[in-house]
Amino acid sequence: MSTRAYNFAYLDEQTKRMIRRAILKAIAIPGYQVPFASREMPMPYGWGTGGVQVTASILGPDDVLKVIDQGADDTTNAVSIRAFFVRTAGVRTTTDTSEATIIQTRHRVPETPLSEGQILVYQVPIPEPLRYLEPRETETRTMHALGEYGVMHVKLYEDISRHGHIATTYAYPARVAGRYIMDPSPIPKFDNPKLDDCPALQLFGAGREKRIYAIPPHTRVVPLDFEDHPFERTKFDSACALCGATDSYLDEVVTDDAGGRLFVCSDTDYCEKRQAAKRKDAAE
Amino acid sequence: MSAMAFADPAFESQAAFRAILRAIASPGAIEPCGRGLKPPSPLSPAAAAAILTLADFETPLWIAPSLAEWGEAAAYLKFHTGAPLAASPRDAAFALLDLERDSLDLKSFAQGAPDYPDRSTTVVAETRSLARRPMMRISGPGVRGMAEIEFGPTPGDFLSQWEANRSTFPLGVDLILAHGAEVAVLPRSVRVTGGE
Repeated sequence: MSTRAYNFAYLDEQTKRMIRRAILKAIAIPGYQVPFASREMPMPYGWGTGGVQVTASILGPDDVLKVIDQGADDTTNAVSIRAFFVRTAGVRTTTDTSEATIIQTRHRVPETPLSEGQILVYQVPIPEPLRYLEPRETETRTMHALGEYGVMHVKLYEDISRHGHIATTYAYPARVAGRYIMDPSPIPKFDNPKLDDCPALQLFGAGREKRIYAIPPHTRVVPLDFEDHPFERTKFDSACALCGATDSYLDEVVTDDAGGRLFVCSDTDYCEKRQAAKRKDAAE
Repeated sequence: MSAMAFADPAFESQAAFRAILRAIASPGAIEPCGRGLKPPSPLSPAAAAAILTLADFETPLWIAPSLAEWGEAAAYLKFHTGAPLAASPRDAAFALLDLERDSLDLKSFAQGAPDYPDRSTTVVAETRSLARRPMMRISGPGVRGMAEIEFGPTPGDFLSQWEANRSTFPLGVDLILAHGAEVAVLPRSVRVTGGE
């Protein structure tokens, strides 16, 4: 089937307008979850329908698209979403973080620092940071309206009283521009510092939950913590087994059934570039 | 017959949207928007492109008296977007006015509600000049350090109106400034102070 069988980037123009309006409101009110009329997409909920709708609404023919799933360009979710946009929009794709104009991501922020003009689109399962503490939407909406976030601090405090430290390691809540508390999607807390004062625009799309929110570039994003229990970034004891990086987020890979295991970068582009640079150095 | 809108809506509205997106994400940035569009006088290509890109049957549009008098401009926007005309500024999702001929009263527009601050008016204002000069300074989300903007004519009480708008955050209106085929955006989140 040719790309002509679809409108550019799959969505019809009225849907794009509705999503674009939501995106502009989301940027004007950083961290606030704007409701939008999420559409059925040709993939199941949980596969990034929110991110796909945001990407489809901002994408243009000159964009270069990168899609990652847990940092990797070559996993099922990333491959199928990239193929979806190649087929419906005919855009150029890349695995190179610096070359991409739009990066759609599931659960990671790339290790390579982002730059001005880039847009990072997150796939979000549960956009409401208070949802597991207060199941009623009417209540969480009022809590956001009043800026009443005591319950979130109680949750973090309970972590400390039970485990001796804040045991939340992913989807770590953060305050945006001194007002709204947001869920940065299930990125590891290792990535939270990258959200703060990021030169790229960050957009978050939750398809099943029908919410869009945003962090404009150069915006303060502060993880919640306590004076005597400050936020701590995850640290790894080992280096990447492939590229030797000590500054990246590592995945544990089981290598045999005798307890063998190794740790490798979750960001495949970052790891491959470092390996290539090492090979080049060795050859010279 | 009404003048032509976007010849290729999917691509031209995408380009206009990305310009507005860059402008709202980096307040103070001036972005090309609506080049090649020839809306009926006195609409600027940028203001027309913004309305054509964002408004449709779901978004009541309020057109200020000075522009409503130009029946052709109002008919053009109504025909191409299908947007219903709002009875008052408070009912509008989008509002269009001309800073030279209309008074600006940010408080007269929909401000949103505390639980739904997104239910506010986005104001598109025609200007006679728009530049990056230190007449006003912008700080806040999207701005690295400090940005500068100058637009004219600036209402005499603009800075106090904007401060009132910002102080009710997350409520308030967002302002799209149009000049020729260029736009800049002041979202409600930013602080605007007098420069030189």
